[in-house]
Amino acid sequence: MSDQFSLAGIIFGSRLIIGTGKYRSYDEMKAAHAASGAEMVTVAVNRVPLDGKTESFLDHLDPKMQILPNTAGCYNADHAIRTARLAREALETDWIKLEVIGDQVTLLPDNEQTLEAARVLVGEGFIVLPYFTDDLIMAKKLLDAGCPAVMPLAAPIGSGMGVQNPSNLRIMREQLPDAIIIVDAGVGVPSDAAIAMELGADAILMNTAIAEAQEPAQMATAMKLAVEAGRLGHLAGRMPKRLYASASSPIDGAIK
Amino acid sequence: MISITLNGEKRELDKEIDLESLIDLFSLPRKRVAVEVNHAVIRRVDWPDTAVKDGDILEVVHFVGGG
Repeated sequence: MSDQFSLAGIIFGSRLIIGTGKYRSYDEMKAAHAASGAEMVTVAVNRVPLDGKTESFLDHLDPKMQILPNTAGCYNADHAIRTARLAREALETDWIKLEVIGDQVTLLPDNEQTLEAARVLVGEGFIVLPYFTDDLIMAKKLLDAGCPAVMPLAAPIGSGMGVQNPSNLRIMREQLPDAIIIVDAGVGVPSDAAIAMELGADAILMNTAIAEAQEPAQMATAMKLAVEAGRLGHLAGRMPKRLYASASSPIDGAIK
Repeated sequence: MISITLNGEKRELDKEIDLESLIDLFSLPRKRVAVEVNHAVIRRVDWPDTAVKDGDILEVVHFVGGG
């Protein structure tokens, strides 16, 4: 079955986007990336160390992967805009995962600063994929600003708590049927990914759930299957929930 | 003698130099990096013509693992 995922004019075979942070080794990361089937990976912009070493982290990534730089570590719009411009210059890509953090403890997004940065960056021709709180009104504003997709969180970054507000995602899906919704952050286990996809997410972005698994490649395979299963479940359309039982076998004709 | 801030660290230079030479001086990588001087990105083609002056704040970035 063909169910390709199209984002900003690029068609992806996989609806799983994964990170490159927190892996115990490059080998583990590469094995996990291969197992995941993902076609896009996130990377972070960071100061070059002044120790004279010139090795590039990017050399450890499959060259076929689309690279999505992020603005992690930015706490206001100006900082995120500067980081995005640096990423574009270094990578020659207009794609940016916009992340403006509001608080060091929770790493929850600062939606106001995110929207401000999104408007500026869209104006400069960036393909802005914003990470934000799972809020319908904010999603509408980000889409109106010109973002080709929105990336609501499932739970705080790296928490592995899974979808904390399924109603919010469901409402977002129902109210924005044509928007591309990528659940970003908070997935811990494959069932979390499946739930997000069943709720109608178009794709999922995750890092820690795979990188911090005991066996990252195995977890990457599990996530791949979970995303596919959740997607198929969403397309198939679930049965209605009922408070009481509904017999599967005929009652009439049963022996007395 | 001029003083600059390079990736958050103070550094002294004998004299003003261009950005291209500064990258070499500190043996910084040249592939898939970007440079910002006083919060403005300097395109690679402009490195040779960009003078690094006293008090300049430089950021030289590359990519690391992230989510």
